[in-house]
Amino acid sequence: MSLERLPIIFRTEDLCAYYEDFMAIKHINIKIPQKQVTALMGPSGCGKTTFIRCLNRLHELTPGARITGSIYLRDQNILQLDPIVVRRRVGMVFQRPNPFPTMTIYENVLAGYKLLGIRLPRNEADEIAEWALRKAALWEEVKDILHRRGTFLSGGQQQRLCIARALAVKPEVLLMDEPTSALDPKSSLQIENLIVELKETVTIVIVTHNMPQAGRISDFTAFFYLGELVEFGPTAELFTNPKDPRTEEYLTGKFS
Amino acid sequence: MKFNLAGQFYDDIFRKISTVMALLIIGLVIGIFITLVIESWPSIKAFGLRFIWTTTWDPVSREFGALPFLVGTLLTSFLALIIATPFALAGAIFLGEIAPPRLANPISFIMELLAGIPSVIYGLWALFYLVPIVRWLEIKFGAPPFGLGMFTASLVLAIMILPYALSVARDVIKLVPQDIKEAAYGLGATRWETILHVIVPYARSGIFAGIVLALGRALGETMAVTMVIGNRSAMPHSIWDLGNTMASVIANEFTEATEDVHLAALVEIGLLLFVITVIVNLIARLIIIRLKVK
Ligand SMILES: Nc1ncnc2c1ncn2[C@@H]1O[C@H](COP(=O)(O)OP(=O)(O)OP(=O)(O)O)[C@@H](O)[C@H]1O
Ligand SMILES: [Mg+2]
Repeated sequence: MSLERLPIIFRTEDLCAYYEDFMAIKHINIKIPQKQVTALMGPSGCGKTTFIRCLNRLHELTPGARITGSIYLRDQNILQLDPIVVRRRVGMVFQRPNPFPTMTIYENVLAGYKLLGIRLPRNEADEIAEWALRKAALWEEVKDILHRRGTFLSGGQQQRLCIARALAVKPEVLLMDEPTSALDPKSSLQIENLIVELKETVTIVIVTHNMPQAGRISDFTAFFYLGELVEFGPTAELFTNPKDPRTEEYLTGKFS
Repeated sequence: MKFNLAGQFYDDIFRKISTVMALLIIGLVIGIFITLVIESWPSIKAFGLRFIWTTTWDPVSREFGALPFLVGTLLTSFLALIIATPFALAGAIFLGEIAPPRLANPISFIMELLAGIPSVIYGLWALFYLVPIVRWLEIKFGAPPFGLGMFTASLVLAIMILPYALSVARDVIKLVPQDIKEAAYGLGATRWETILHVIVPYARSGIFAGIVLALGRALGETMAVTMVIGNRSAMPHSIWDLGNTMASVIANEFTEATEDVHLAALVEIGLLLFVITVIVNLIARLIIIRLKVK
């Protein structure tokens, strides 16, 4: 699969992100293909989280943080859009499962509507909830306990609940920041399988430290190092035949 | 092994000391209760349960009924809560979530200072500033323009309890985990929507706890209330009326009471106030437990 032929959903131009005066992300130019899984890899502190949080403008919530350059989502520069609108179109799943502890499973799935004061007719709400929970491979496990609190679920189930919550508002892109790093191997595997199925529905950008995981689920991999994008290409190619020595060193475990 | 035993020994001692302390506190509370019962016995014997629901308070004819003061206390305290709660909530949200630290910290500091001001000073201030304002309001509403009264007392109480309710609520709002706020922002919620649907529900039990703490203070507050409530021992008919609370009538009459029944009746009011405070706190605890986010 080559990058050139695929439709592009995200394109950054000379993207830099700062914390106060510290430049955490340096002049990133990348094209992220639509309905594919793109993995972001690189040693700790290289700016993966910062980069992914630029894509839905969560970065600017950090006091003192700012962004320069441009980020195009289907040819619209999201830095010129209302961040609220951007975040509706670009969902996020975090490292630690974070369902809303005051809400039931059902309410959590539909939180994206409730928070924005959107009232759905009952049957439509039920439909969306079931659709999202099925997409997140959680429906069978929770269909009889929809009105229990989301925080009663296991860690892996909570993370799938968070995926369902993000999917329920029908985003175009789903950002995932090390979504399995707080989970046991079995739950991680479930989520990996889920991601592969989900790419028919949404574009996925996932940060992972886990090389085998990136190998199993991603179509493309971007390798970051000290805030720079060092290499980007089809995962298989990048893994077997890295062009940059730093990528090779990382892949062979010289630093982590 | 030896070391372990020694550790256990100190553990044991510590547990015993803690237990004794806890029992002492319980003993103290029971002791206060018993003293109040003994001292108010002449009144309890003379009036029985009627004491609680009759409205005549007449030292001359030795007829004592506590209902006006019960009403006075509950009315002023709850009115104060109703006035203070919106401000406490808004202030707590502002200081705990919205304001940057360099603004929130000095304001919080001033609030702690306000909480430490002696109540007699609030009373003085209220006499000079609140009373004229209330008088003006009373003229507007066509009520007798005393200036003093139940409403004035409620206002002072509201101002006095505000720092308590506010600082507890602010602290719990600050404790709301960042990750669930980000979850809300990540779904496209505005700051206001996040506050309304995520932060406040998460902090609700703590916010409620702060309000109860404030209510506890309002129920027992004596000096400032005594200074502005008008000290009239008859059943109030409106919030503009002069009145007395349980605490203010005790403070006002205790030194002047010569008759034994009069004294006993005043102590019985103290006993009632004690019981009410305990009941309010128990109910509040139950509600806090039910509201708690697990
Ligand atoms: N809130 C912040 N304030 C200041 N500097 C920050 C902040 N968050 C991250 N940084 C810095 O920005 C750089 C990139 O951090 P980032 O969290 O994006 O790395 P990462 O690749 O996600 O690392 P990890 O793999 O450990 O999650 C690091 O040098 C980090 O110290
Ligand atoms: Mg990270």
